[in-house]
Amino acid sequence: MRKIPSQKKMFNFTGMRKPALILSTLLFIASIGSLIINGLNLGVDFTGGTVIEVGYQEPADVDKIRAALLDGKFDALVQHFGTAKDVLIRIAPKEDENRAEVGDKVLAILKANNPDIQMRRVENVGPQIGDELRDDGGTAMLLALAGILIYVTLRFEFRFSVGAIIALIHDVVITVGIFSITRMEFDLTILAAILAIIGYSLNDTIVVFDRVRENFLKLRKAGAEESINISINQTLARTIVTSLTTLLVLSALYIFGGKIIHGFSMAMIIGVIVGTYSSIYVASSSLLMMGITREALLPPEKENEDELSEIP
Amino acid sequence: MNRYPMWKYVLIISVMIFGFLFALPNLFPSQPAVQVSVSSSEQVIDNEIITRIKTVFDKKGIKSGDIESLSNNKLLIRFDSPDTQLTAVEAIKGELGNKFHTALNLAPATPKWLRGLNPMSLGLDLRGGVHFLMEVDMKAAIDKSLERHSEEFRSFLRGEKINYLGVKRVSNHLVIQFKTTELRDQARQKLKREYRNQIEFGDEETARGAALKAVLTQSNIDNTKRFALQQNITTLRKRVNELGVAEPIIQKQGLDRIVVQLPGVQDPTQAKIILGTTATLEFRLVDEGANALAAQAGGEIPPGDKLYKERNGNPILLKRRVMLTGEYITDASAGFDENQRPSVTIVLDSKGAKLFSRATRANVQKLMGVVFIEHKTDIKKLEDGSFKKKTTVSKEVINVARIQEELSKRFQITGLDSPQEAQNLALLLRAGALAAPVYIVEERTIGPSLGEDNIKAGFKSVIIGFVLVLIFMVFYYRVFGLVANMALTLNLVLIVAILSMLQATLTLPGIAGIVLTVGMAVDANVLIYERIKEELRNGLSPQAAISSGYEKAFSTIADANITTLIAAIVLYGMGTGPIKGFAITLAIGIVSSMFTAIMGTRAVINLIYGRKKNLKNIAIWEWGKHS
Repeated sequence: MRKIPSQKKMFNFTGMRKPALILSTLLFIASIGSLIINGLNLGVDFTGGTVIEVGYQEPADVDKIRAALLDGKFDALVQHFGTAKDVLIRIAPKEDENRAEVGDKVLAILKANNPDIQMRRVENVGPQIGDELRDDGGTAMLLALAGILIYVTLRFEFRFSVGAIIALIHDVVITVGIFSITRMEFDLTILAAILAIIGYSLNDTIVVFDRVRENFLKLRKAGAEESINISINQTLARTIVTSLTTLLVLSALYIFGGKIIHGFSMAMIIGVIVGTYSSIYVASSSLLMMGITREALLPPEKENEDELSEIP
Repeated sequence: MNRYPMWKYVLIISVMIFGFLFALPNLFPSQPAVQVSVSSSEQVIDNEIITRIKTVFDKKGIKSGDIESLSNNKLLIRFDSPDTQLTAVEAIKGELGNKFHTALNLAPATPKWLRGLNPMSLGLDLRGGVHFLMEVDMKAAIDKSLERHSEEFRSFLRGEKINYLGVKRVSNHLVIQFKTTELRDQARQKLKREYRNQIEFGDEETARGAALKAVLTQSNIDNTKRFALQQNITTLRKRVNELGVAEPIIQKQGLDRIVVQLPGVQDPTQAKIILGTTATLEFRLVDEGANALAAQAGGEIPPGDKLYKERNGNPILLKRRVMLTGEYITDASAGFDENQRPSVTIVLDSKGAKLFSRATRANVQKLMGVVFIEHKTDIKKLEDGSFKKKTTVSKEVINVARIQEELSKRFQITGLDSPQEAQNLALLLRAGALAAPVYIVEERTIGPSLGEDNIKAGFKSVIIGFVLVLIFMVFYYRVFGLVANMALTLNLVLIVAILSMLQATLTLPGIAGIVLTVGMAVDANVLIYERIKEELRNGLSPQAAISSGYEKAFSTIADANITTLIAAIVLYGMGTGPIKGFAITLAIGIVSSMFTAIMGTRAVINLIYGRKKNLKNIAIWEWGKHS
């Protein structure tokens, strides 16, 4: 026997848009504030300088290492990396030091104190690279936004693309803000994660918008707000299931993927959570605030009716 | 309505076969190997060489796997253990000498019939190695070009019998001074014809008469830069081959940068010395009549002389005129002279030999100094945020010797500190000089242990993430979940196959891209399945619901994936190494997931349910809600 489950319970998401607006605004302001006051804990990819990761046979004493390096005229930031046996050393770029030699010299000092150490990695980045990266990163972000703006305007309507961009900026700023507030290191992989979040958050928003478009054309009696709320509810299961599967793999990446990928997976996890929230509460609410109406989407109606008529 | 035409099944099965075939080489572990290549294009690796290698192996009792001739004049020899690999390298070196390069390598242990297909190549972060980003000092390249032009002007004007007072360099152009306007006009006419499109000449009036201002045109400058970059890449490639690194990557990045990746190299110091230095030699006569100590103390330097220092710090005066420069050197090898001092034996080309024999013949019994010139460049950021480039040129006289006889094609120099330095100098002379100095702007060394950790962790996280998603999907969508899982598996295989086919490099961010795609690839199926459920709720029959679910979800899936694809393409375009790797896998994952999640799952669903006319129930509901 086929059993038709009853219509699912409807949540009043659009009715929640005022508290959501307040929450988002608070988070947004906190993020911007922290970015202005604290800035970001930029990694060597952006600042230039040298990072050295060394593996010891037994738990290493970071204070001793720091003192040894100071004797060798290196003012270094020394910390454990993942385990007590792994040590990460960061050295800021210096005026009078030939940068290319820093890694070799530091390793020589460490080897003199403990011959059993193992070089895990040395990263040495010139100062101009960091500057370029920052510029390129910004350009990439703007380019991605522009491309998306054009595509969404073509497929939907201008207000939809503004709504999508608002949700995007919301997600990116809050994710970066969390990195600023928690002082987690922001390196090249985090930049990649941020760009991936743009893709993901957009994916989520588009799915909801797609349904909004469909319902605007189909539900002739319902107002804009009701149509939007129905759309969010109809796509809710999908939104949650996809976020869940993505979070499952990201957790696997965070737990088992190794230390180098920690920051990346953390950024993605934050981004997916914020993105899921924004596609439910922020993107569609911004449509309403811009005064979207059913009539705005009339041109593509024809195409949609064809689609409907195919269904028996 | 839920039937697929035959061609779609054929297409899906072909894609599956393609995917499994191209992904297959990745399953085989790698084994130690030695790669043999030639040092100059004159040599050929033929059967004779292979026989020689085989004979040496037999003699020394080295057991090798098969010897494979690669297409690009290279040999690949496989071994069972790293120990045999090392003894084999020594044996090959001893047999073939320095006309051939040997490099330690890892080769996949694929069976012979699959050799045409390659596994994904692993990035440095997964196998260990050194990555350099080098910037070519373009200002130096332009300087050099100006210097060359000023020489050319002199000889050109002499040849045309036009009297000039001098050619000098002013900031970034040259000024040719003449006594009269007539001479200047005459010269301008001739020079203009000779250097059309390359140099612009303008008149200038000076106190000493008339002058011509020569400015390099933009296209000339661009050409010079392009040439310098290309020339440096060629030289770096030669040097890397000399180092004996297998599968190095040397390519240009942007207008003035070169990426050098040396997999497996664990000590960047040696590589850095070899790649970064612009070492060359110059041979000059010693001014034996002049007092170098007095000149150093602030006294007069005789005209036509230049003050140098010897390695021990003593000053020495050499003639300005160069007898020979390093560019004529065709071969150099390190060794020891009769007194067991480290030495370098140098071989000149015919032009150089002629030049040098003429220069030495006229100066037998005079002292000659060998100048060792080395450029080192570093870049610093100043307080105000601007960058300062500092190039230090060290010129040392490494050796002073009396010319006993006329020197020509082949001769020996000494005065080096250590056999290692002799080795390095010989290598640099062999590989040729860089067209313009380079300096390292970025250096990343990944130790082999970290590489191994990374690849283990990467694969582990892919597998665990993948299995978690599989379990979730079956739990949530039952039979449909199982079908989605088949699609997801095929998707993973396809990504690996496409990466292998493109010979893309797999990096840790690339693995992250794959993991992320696994999470997002199910999105298409989630969209379809949720839609099918909805249609069932709306009262459609199962067959109609399946059909309408797939149809209605399609535009949403397309929209969502295209926007993500836009982000991936922009990421790729931004293009620094690790981000590129991530973007490629993400983009491939999006495209292949569209195929597997829509067409692939539909094909299987149609096979299961498509033929049942009175289908009452489909297994898509959550546990418990289903009767």
